[in-house]
Amino acid sequence: MTTPLSPAQASATSPLHAPPLHAALWGVVAEFDTPEAVLAAADATFLAGYRALDAYSPYPVEGLAEALGVRGNRIPLITLLGGLVGGAAGYFMLWYATVVSYPLNVGGRPHNSWPAFIPITFETTILVAAFAAFLGVLWMNGLPQPYHPVFHAEAFRRASQDRFFLSVEAADPAFDRDATRAFLASLGARSVQEVQP
Amino acid sequence: MSMPYPTPTGASSGDEATEALAPAERLEAAVALAQRQSRLAPPVSSEATGPPGQPPEAPLILPGQTFASVSESVSGIVYDRKLPRVLYLFAALTFSLTMVLLGAIGWLFAKGVGIWGVGMPVAWGFAITNFVWWIGIGHAGTLISAVLLVTRQPWRNSINRFAEAMTLFAVANAGLFPIIHLGRPWMAYYILPYPNSMGLWPQFRSPLTWDVFAVSTYALVSLLFWYLGVVPDFATMRDRAPTRRQARLYGVFALGWRGSARHWHRYRTAYLLLAGLATPLVVSVHSIVALDFTVAIEPGWHSTIFPPYFVAGAIFSGFAMVLTLLIPVRALVPSVRPFVTQRHIDFMAKTILATGLLVTYGYVSEAFMAWYGGDPAEWFVIKNRAFGPYAPMYWTLIFCNTVVIHTLWFRWSRRTLWFLWIVTVLVNVGMWTERYVIVVTTLHRDFLPSSWGMFSGTFWDWAVFAGTLGLFGTLMFLFVRFVPMLSMSENRGLVAEASGRPVPPQQARLEAAQERAPTASPYTHEETLS
Repeated sequence: MTTPLSPAQASATSPLHAPPLHAALWGVVAEFDTPEAVLAAADATFLAGYRALDAYSPYPVEGLAEALGVRGNRIPLITLLGGLVGGAAGYFMLWYATVVSYPLNVGGRPHNSWPAFIPITFETTILVAAFAAFLGVLWMNGLPQPYHPVFHAEAFRRASQDRFFLSVEAADPAFDRDATRAFLASLGARSVQEVQP
Repeated sequence: MSMPYPTPTGASSGDEATEALAPAERLEAAVALAQRQSRLAPPVSSEATGPPGQPPEAPLILPGQTFASVSESVSGIVYDRKLPRVLYLFAALTFSLTMVLLGAIGWLFAKGVGIWGVGMPVAWGFAITNFVWWIGIGHAGTLISAVLLVTRQPWRNSINRFAEAMTLFAVANAGLFPIIHLGRPWMAYYILPYPNSMGLWPQFRSPLTWDVFAVSTYALVSLLFWYLGVVPDFATMRDRAPTRRQARLYGVFALGWRGSARHWHRYRTAYLLLAGLATPLVVSVHSIVALDFTVAIEPGWHSTIFPPYFVAGAIFSGFAMVLTLLIPVRALVPSVRPFVTQRHIDFMAKTILATGLLVTYGYVSEAFMAWYGGDPAEWFVIKNRAFGPYAPMYWTLIFCNTVVIHTLWFRWSRRTLWFLWIVTVLVNVGMWTERYVIVVTTLHRDFLPSSWGMFSGTFWDWAVFAGTLGLFGTLMFLFVRFVPMLSMSENRGLVAEASGRPVPPQQARLEAAQERAPTASPYTHEETLS
């Protein structure tokens, strides 16, 4: 299992010859011992043309997401929008309360006394931006998500402790049950297993 | 975050890779690349690392730790039930004090604030002293977590969870005081802007209203920051749970976290952004608390030094409280020791020294400006503090906050934990006394001698204060007992770093691989990637 496929073997396997259980397969999961191994495997898998990839690690491994083809994310934008909305809404509340809803003339001073409104505007900006960042990361990550097929993988509980996993989904156009398994095994995986949805 | 270098995904996230199978040559090249790269990893070195040419520094994590041992040690604190008996005795004491708090507040609500020593002219008394003291303690957690994360100080990783939890509990205690200090605490919600049948709004130009926004924002943002940090560790707890019930319980809080690299990618961005947001927030909170005093025209309060001096004092007392709690916990729970090393404690002691010097500067500047400004009322307040009826309190605070800390210049004091612990306790006492002196000495000798008076805490004042100490201790105990008290995921990062295997950036990796395998693949770099 650990020898690389020869070109002939690789080209002999094609989706047309996929086994009948192909539909019931979520993907193939490979288990690695070290962050370097999973990083190298992720690079190789991406270069081999797979795209429906994910890797699982017990701590954020530098460069792993980039190796899987992730580029940038929307969290900063969501946070910025949250901050802008929070600041605008906060100032609007202060302005509305003191200018429109309950104007109170204190010695002829302006109703819209903006310097006194800065602290509260600042706090609402931070508050809404922080909630946007927090809810944004949950939403973009699809959490909370109690069920996920990859939890079926054997020893996957160690993905939160000391092991590293790489998954290729069956939905990937380049996926082929046997070739992909063999390919992952050739990358120095400790084990390679199929995972049902 | 956008990457400063081009990433291979410029072209696609799947659409252009739709060839049914990777061509054989491409597959072969990829395998060759992977095999070369596995061999690339340099040998593991267990030596303490440091900049070349300098003696190696003490490690931030003791050698011999692995990814597995981090998970085992930290989750073991919860699962192995090996907390020493003394901690349970401590919990029994603090839980009893929590009951005292409930009793004291119950009696307060039944009888009114008259059971306290407050009245005219000293209407603020213990409640505001305690509020300011607790909120100051609550500054260390977010400072350690946020400011040190933004400034990339790796030593925060072992103590941030603990300090953040301390922050949450301290802020909870702080928030209690302004509410129970109200004559009619059941109307506390009047301070919130909500549509009401009276057609009224809070006074938005008052620092007291700013305070409501600042403290509640601070409490919520600290909670979000803490919880986001603990989610991956709850996943570890879920996966290591000895029983199904525990797995379910921690699983609920883990939100289904599976350590996906795509998730980590967004998670780190969000965590860093929350830290960036929390950094100015920390500064704003105690500045606004200081404005509660400063905006009043009372002598001794009406000073522009107050906001920065309060912030420095908050960090000072917060770090002192972290050490007051952490030194005993480290002594009693052995599995904490590899992660919280002498070096961490040394850093914190130095921070206490630095912020203590800032606080000293605040005292000197206050006295100097009172004399130099020529306002007799201001100068009288300073003289009254030092030589009036509250002089013992004043000299206690001067001793604790400006004299004792100078022992921390010496390495011995920073490394001798029992001594350092005594220093931190004295700093806590000194900071409480400082708040007391600020609140009471100004109010009890006002502009009008006819309204002068004295203040002293009654039994119920002390009961409420001791009760909040008990609540704080109880919550800290429950935290240590049920929540992983150190960040496992961040400590694994430290383990990876300490093993001396820096990961080169992806572009470098890909280019190196490309150079090494020029003939294995007929494709150029760009073609391979598309």
